[in-house]
Amino acid sequence: MEVPRIQARRILEYLKQGKRFDGRKTDEYRKIEVKVGISNKAEGSCSVKFGDTEVYAGVKMDIGTPYPDSQDSGNLSVGAELGPMASADFEMGPPKINAIELGRVIDRGIRESKFIDLKKLCIKEGEKVWNVYVDIYAVNDAGNLMDVAGLAALIALANAKMPVYNEKTERIEHEWTKNPLPLNKENLAFNMTLYRIDDHIVVDPTREEEEIAEFRISLAVGDDGEGGARITSIQKGKQGAISEEEMSELLDILEKKWKEIFPKIKKHVWG
Amino acid sequence: MNKKSLYTKREDGRAFDELRPIEAKVGIIPNADGSAMYKSGDTVAIAAVFGPRILHPQHMQNSQKGILRVSYDMMTFSVYERKKPGSNRRSQEISKVIEWALENCVDLSEFPNTVVDVFIQIPQADAGTRVAGINAAVMALAQAGVPMTEMISAVAVGKMDKTLVVDVNKEEEDYEEGEGATDIPVCFLSKSKKLALLQLDGKISPEELKKALEMGRKACEKIYEAQVKALKQVGEERE
Repeated sequence: MEVPRIQARRILEYLKQGKRFDGRKTDEYRKIEVKVGISNKAEGSCSVKFGDTEVYAGVKMDIGTPYPDSQDSGNLSVGAELGPMASADFEMGPPKINAIELGRVIDRGIRESKFIDLKKLCIKEGEKVWNVYVDIYAVNDAGNLMDVAGLAALIALANAKMPVYNEKTERIEHEWTKNPLPLNKENLAFNMTLYRIDDHIVVDPTREEEEIAEFRISLAVGDDGEGGARITSIQKGKQGAISEEEMSELLDILEKKWKEIFPKIKKHVWG
Repeated sequence: MNKKSLYTKREDGRAFDELRPIEAKVGIIPNADGSAMYKSGDTVAIAAVFGPRILHPQHMQNSQKGILRVSYDMMTFSVYERKKPGSNRRSQEISKVIEWALENCVDLSEFPNTVVDVFIQIPQADAGTRVAGINAAVMALAQAGVPMTEMISAVAVGKMDKTLVVDVNKEEEDYEEGEGATDIPVCFLSKSKKLALLQLDGKISPEELKKALEMGRKACEKIYEAQVKALKQVGEERE
C-alpha cells in the first residue's frame, strides 16, 4: 500500500497537535470487541476486532511426537494467514513474509512467556505428546494486525478445552473434556506494538499510520508477579533505527500504557 | 425394489424438505467492495468481493469483458481434524465449480480487462460448505454493485437410503444404512430457474434425481428470500 504524500503530510500535521484522523490520542487503542466460539469444531476459537480490523483465531490439537530437545513437552505451532479477503494489498498463495513474521512474533510471545504449560501436554515421554495449533486468519486489515492477532491467539487458547483422547484406539474423539488447556494464567503476556512516526510514538495504528511509520516495536508484556511489567519477547520491525534516549522513552510509554490496558486485556482473555 | 426406506426421521427433527435455520448478513468486511455471511445450521460461510479492478498479469486480461475469479477455502479449525492451511485439490475444484455457477448471474461486458475477485472462507463446517459459500458470495456480489442479471441460491440435497432430504448436515452426509448417503449440491438461478451447479456423490436413479432437483429448486426459493431480505436490510441501514 502506498500512502499519498499529501495524506502522509496531513497525518504528521495532526500528530504534531497530538491528534489523529479518527479522533484518538496517540496512545489510545480503538474499541475492542471479542466473540468467543466462532467454530464449534475447534478446541477454542474467537473473533477479535480493534475498530475495523478483524481476525479469526482457532485452536486445534492432535497427537504427535516430541522434538528431540523437548522429549517431555507438547508442541506449539502458530500460523497466520493474511489472505486477499482482508485487504486489496494481500495476495493469493502461500504465506508471504508479512504473514510468516506475524505468526512467528505471536508464537514467540506465547512460547517465551510460558503461557502454555507444555510439560502437561506430554502423554508419554519421548514418544507421544499433544500438538497445539493456533491458526489466525485476517478478515479485515485496518491496521495493527499484530496486536489484534496476538490477543485473538490468547483468547482462543484461554477458551480451549482438551479433546477426549481414547487411549485404546489411540484416536481423538470428536468431543471435549471439561478440562481447559493447561495454562500458566499468571504468565499471560499481551503483545503490544508501538510505532514511531516522525518523532511521535503511536499505538494501534491505522493502515496509513502503519505504512508511514519508520519502525515498530512489538513487545510481549506480562506481569512480573508484583504488578510490574515483564517483557518476554521483542521484535523490532521495519527499517528505522532507535537511539538510546528514544529506547528509554519507548519503554516509559510502554510501561505506562501496559499498566492501563493490561487489566482490560485480562478481562477479555478470562471473560 | 419397493422396500421402504430405512431413513424415516431426521436426527435433528427437521421435515425432509426443511432447511436448517438460516442467518444472512450483508456488509461484514469493510475493506471489501461487497461482503456477506451465510449461516445454515452449524455451517458458516463468509465471502468478500473486490472489483471490478484491473487484472494483473496483463496477459490474463480479456479485452471483451471482465473476468470472475473465485477462491474457496476452509479455515483450519472449521472441522474436527485440523485442515492443513492453504488451498488443496478439493478447494481448487470447488472454487472452479462455484466460479462457473456465478458466471451465470454476473454481466461483466462493460468492464473489459478487469477482474472481479470472490473470496470465500469457511470458519465453521457442518456439511454444505460450497453451497453456503455460493449463497454468501452472490450477496457480496450484489452489495458490491457488480452488474447482475439474476440472483443465485444453492443447497445440498441428499438421499439417505431411499429418502430425499434438503440441506444435508454432516451427520446425514455420513449416513451408512441401506443405500447410504448421496450428496447432491445444486444451485439455481432466481429468474430462469436454471441449474447452475450440479454435483453428485453416491447412487441414485434418474427418477429420484428428478425429484431431488425439484426439492432443491423449492428449497432455493426459500434461500433466495433470505438473501433478498439481508440485502434489503443493508440498504435500509444506509438510508
